[in-house]
Amino acid sequence: MSFSKTVEITETSADTRRITVTVNGTPRVVEVEPRLLLVHLLREGLALRGTHIGCDTTNCGACTVLHDGNPIKSCTMLAVQADGHEITTVEGLGTPSELDPVQEGFHREHGLQCGFCTPGMMMAARALLDREPDPSEEDVRWALSGNLCRCTGYQNIVKAVLWAADKQRGAQPAEEDAR
Amino acid sequence: MTLVDPRRDPAAAAPVPNGFGPMLRKEDGRFVRGRGRFVDDIDLPGMLHGAVLRSPYAHARIVSIDTGGALAHPKVRAVITGADLERRGMAWLPTLSHDVAAVLATDKVRYQGQEIAFVVAEDRYSARDALALIDVEYEPLAPVVDARRALDPDAPLVRDEVPGRADNHVFDWEAGDAAATDAAFAAAEHVSTCDLLYPRVHPAPLETCGIVAALDPVTDRLVVHCTTQAPHAHRTLYATLTGIPEHRIRIVAPDIGGGFGNKVALYPGYLCAVYAATITGAPVKWTEDRSENLMSTSFARDYHMHGEIAATKDGRITGLRVRVLADHGAFNGTSQPSKFPAGFFHIFTGSYAIQAAHCRVTGVYTNKAPGGVAYACSFRITEASYLVERMVDVLAFDLGLDPAQVRRKNLLRPEQFPYRCATGWVYDSGDYPRALEQALEMAEYAELRAEQAQRRAEYERTGEGALLGIGLSTFTEAVGAGPKKQMDIGGLGMADAAELSVHPDGTAELRLSCMSQGQGHETTFAQIIAHELGISPYAVNVVQGDTDRTPFGLGTYGSRSTPVSGAAAATAARRVRERAKLVAAAMLEISPADLEWEAGRWQVRGDPAAGASLAEIARAAHGSLELPDDLEGQLSGRCVYNPPNLTFPFGAYVCVVEVDPGTGQVRVRRFVAVDDCGVRINPTVVEGQIHGGLADGIGMALMEVLAFDTDGNHLGASFMDYLLPTALECPSWELGQTVTPSPHHPLGAKGIGESATVGAPAAVVNAVLDAIGVRHADMPLTPAQVWSAMRGRPLRTDLAVR
Repeated sequence: MSFSKTVEITETSADTRRITVTVNGTPRVVEVEPRLLLVHLLREGLALRGTHIGCDTTNCGACTVLHDGNPIKSCTMLAVQADGHEITTVEGLGTPSELDPVQEGFHREHGLQCGFCTPGMMMAARALLDREPDPSEEDVRWALSGNLCRCTGYQNIVKAVLWAADKQRGAQPAEEDAR
Repeated sequence: MTLVDPRRDPAAAAPVPNGFGPMLRKEDGRFVRGRGRFVDDIDLPGMLHGAVLRSPYAHARIVSIDTGGALAHPKVRAVITGADLERRGMAWLPTLSHDVAAVLATDKVRYQGQEIAFVVAEDRYSARDALALIDVEYEPLAPVVDARRALDPDAPLVRDEVPGRADNHVFDWEAGDAAATDAAFAAAEHVSTCDLLYPRVHPAPLETCGIVAALDPVTDRLVVHCTTQAPHAHRTLYATLTGIPEHRIRIVAPDIGGGFGNKVALYPGYLCAVYAATITGAPVKWTEDRSENLMSTSFARDYHMHGEIAATKDGRITGLRVRVLADHGAFNGTSQPSKFPAGFFHIFTGSYAIQAAHCRVTGVYTNKAPGGVAYACSFRITEASYLVERMVDVLAFDLGLDPAQVRRKNLLRPEQFPYRCATGWVYDSGDYPRALEQALEMAEYAELRAEQAQRRAEYERTGEGALLGIGLSTFTEAVGAGPKKQMDIGGLGMADAAELSVHPDGTAELRLSCMSQGQGHETTFAQIIAHELGISPYAVNVVQGDTDRTPFGLGTYGSRSTPVSGAAAATAARRVRERAKLVAAAMLEISPADLEWEAGRWQVRGDPAAGASLAEIARAAHGSLELPDDLEGQLSGRCVYNPPNLTFPFGAYVCVVEVDPGTGQVRVRRFVAVDDCGVRINPTVVEGQIHGGLADGIGMALMEVLAFDTDGNHLGASFMDYLLPTALECPSWELGQTVTPSPHHPLGAKGIGESATVGAPAAVVNAVLDAIGVRHADMPLTPAQVWSAMRGRPLRTDLAVR
C-alpha cells in the first residue's frame, strides 16, 4: 500500500494513480496504488478511523460508508473506484457538537456496547432513513442485515433507528420504556 | 444533543440516578462519533507492520523454511522463524493449562493455520506480499481430526516433541461421588441416556486480535497496546517469556471491539510483534484478519458428552452421570483456573435437587487450534448447562411428560439455599420456581401448547403448515472466580483490586483491574461509586486497561467484573466514606460517633443542617486542616477483594420456534427470558447484555460451527461459512426479571454477562426438537440437520467425527 498524506503531489509514478475523492464534503487528492482498498485509504491515508474492519469476506459491514449517498462496504471497493465520488463516513455524520438523530438514537436506546459495529451500522441506518423516513421494524432489520453485531442482539439497534426516524420526522420519539 | 451530563440537557429522556438505575452510557459519546480508540487505530511514528505465515496443513513435518525471497523484498525489514525464537528461548510459550504452545513452529505444524513465520515490513500490504515469497517444504503427516479416535493405539501422535509421550491423552478429571451415583442408577426406576455434542464454535468478536508493540529507547520500557481482557496477567506473562521485568512493561488495553473470551489468551502474533520490536527497534503492529481469527485463536466448546439421567417413573430425578471427551486441539491452552482442567463443568446438576451425580472428563489432543474456554462459557458452564437442560428434556420425552412439569418437580426450592450440590458447589441464593412461573406466564405456555397441538394436527391432516416448538431452559450460572484459595490463573490468585481517589473538588477517579470490552464498566462502576458516595456518576472517572495506572488484578471474563471488581470498588468507596467521616469529625470538631451518613454528606445526628458534603470534606482533606495523628491526609481508599464464593445467577427461558417441515428452516418466533442476577446496577446495561447472549444462543443452536474435513482442513474459516445471526434471525426479545440478591456480595449483585449465552442454546434446541418430535439431534440445527433429523437420520455435525 502506498499513499501520500499530503495533497501536494507533483509527479505520478507508474504504479500509482492520483485520485480525487470528496470525503465528508472535502475534496481530497491522494496518490494510491490501484489495489488499495477504500477502507484503508480512509483509515490510514486520511486517518478517519471510525470506519472499521471486521472480516475479510464482505459479510460484516463494519466498514460501511456512503458512496454518493448509497451504503457500500468500503473493504470491497478500491480507492481508485471512488475517484470523483463523494464518500461520507461516521466522522461526517452530525457535527462535533450536534449529533445526527441516528447517533442520538443509538445512544438513547443503548444500541451499542463495544462500539465496533456502530459506525457501519449507523451509516447503513442513515442510508435507510434517507430513502425511507418512516420505516417499519421489518424494514430496519432488512436494511441492517448486511451489518453484523456481536454485542447487542440487534433489538436496541432497531429501536435506535426507529427513534431516529421519529425524531427526524418531527414526531415525538417514543419515550424509554418505563422501567 | 451533546453527550455531557444529560441532566443539563432538557431533552434528556431519563434523569441520571445518583446510584443504581437505568442510565445512558458514558462510553457512547466517542463511539457514535467514530472516536473510539481501538488497537488498529494506533499509528506510531516509524511503525512497521507484521504478518504471519500460516500452515496449509493440519499435520506436517517442516523440512525447511527459506526466507530469502521475503528478505529480498525492498520493504521487508525482518523475517522471523521458529529457529530465531528458539535461540532466545521464545519458540514455545507456557499456557495457562500447564502445557506449552508453539509460538512459531520449529519441528512440525499441528493444525491448519498454525504460525510458521512472521514478516515485518514498512506497510501492511508489503508484509502480506512477502508471505508469498517464503518457501516452506513440508512432509505431510496423517492428522488426528476425530477426537473419538485420538486415543486409538494407532492414532498419529500430535505431541511427539514431548519426550516419552506415547499418546494424545491430556488429562482425566472427575467430580462427584461415583459410588453413590452408580448406586442411584442401579436402584433407578427409569434411566435415559443420550450422546450430545456441543460442537466447536468460535467467539468471533467483530474486532479481531491485534497488538502494537514498542520499545521506548529512552526509558528502556516495553509498551504494548493490545486486545487483552486481562492486561495485568498479560504483563506477568510477557515478563516471564521475555525476561523483561514487570516494572519495565506497560500493557495498555485501549477500547476493545468485543472480547467474548477470545482475548484472554496470549497469542503467537503478539509475541512475534514484541520480538520484532526488539530486533528492529521500531514499533510493530500486527492485526490478524478474520480468517486467521477463526482458524487460530481460542475456539469454544467441542465437548462430546454421554449423559445418563436416572429418575422415578413420574419424573423425579435421582441421579446424573456424565462422561465427556474434550477436544483441546494441539496444545492445551484453556484459559481457566488452574485446578479445574474441565473448568466448572461440575456444576452440571444445574438448577435441580439431584442427590447423586458424577462426571468424568477426558481431554485429548487433536490437530486443531488450541482453546476451549471462550465465548461467554463461564469456564465450561455452557456445556454443563446444555447437558442438563437437554437431558431433562430427553427424560421428559422418554417418560411422555411435559418438560415444564419435570422442571417444576425437580427445581431447587428457595428455602434450600445456600445449597451444596452433589459435586460440591455451594449455591448462594435462588428462587427458581418463581422465575420459571414468570417465564411460562409471559409466554402463555398453556396457550402455546394448545396452538402446538392444533398445528401438528393440521400438518398431519394436510401435510402443510409450520410446526410449532416450545423449548425451556431453567439454568444456573456460577460466576465471579474466585476465592484465591481454590482459584488461580497461572499461579495468580483470582482476587481483583480497586483504587478510589477523591479529588480536592469532590470528583473522583476509580482505577480498576478489570477491562471492559463493551460491557459498560465506565458507566456502571461510576454508578457503584455514585451509589456509595452519593455523588453523580458523571463525577467519577473510571480508569481501566492501563497497567501503569491501575491496580493488579485478573481482568474481565467469566462474568467476574461485578462479583469481584464490583465488590472491590464498593469496598474501596466504603473505606473512603469512613475516612471522610473522620475528616468531617475534625472539620466539625465533633466525635465521629455523632455523625451520620446521608446521601453525599456526613452530618450531625439530630442536627442535619450541621455537616459537610463529600466535596467539602475532600477540600479539607487536601487542605491545611489539622488532622488527627493517625489519619492520613487526602481522600482515597483501596481494596483487594478476595471473594468468599462465586455468585450464582439464574434464569428461566422459553423459546418458541416455527419449523417448516418441508425445508427444515427454523424461525424463532418468540424468546422470553427471565433473568435474576440479584441487584441490578444498571438495568439498561443488563438487558443489553442479555440481548447479546440470546443472539449467541440462536447462533450456536442454529448456525454456528467450526467443522473440519478428514484431512483436518478448517471448513469454517470465514464469515462465508461461519454463520452469525443478523438482525433477521433474531426476534424481539421479551425480558422479565426477578431479584434474588447474593447474600455474600457487598452490593447483593451477581454477574450476568454470560447467563444468556449459557442458558439460551438449550432453549432453542429444545424448542426445535419439540417442534419436530425428535428426541435428540446435535447443533447447529441448520435446515439440512432439521430435515434429516425429521427423517430419523440426524447429521453428524462434523463430518470428520465418526
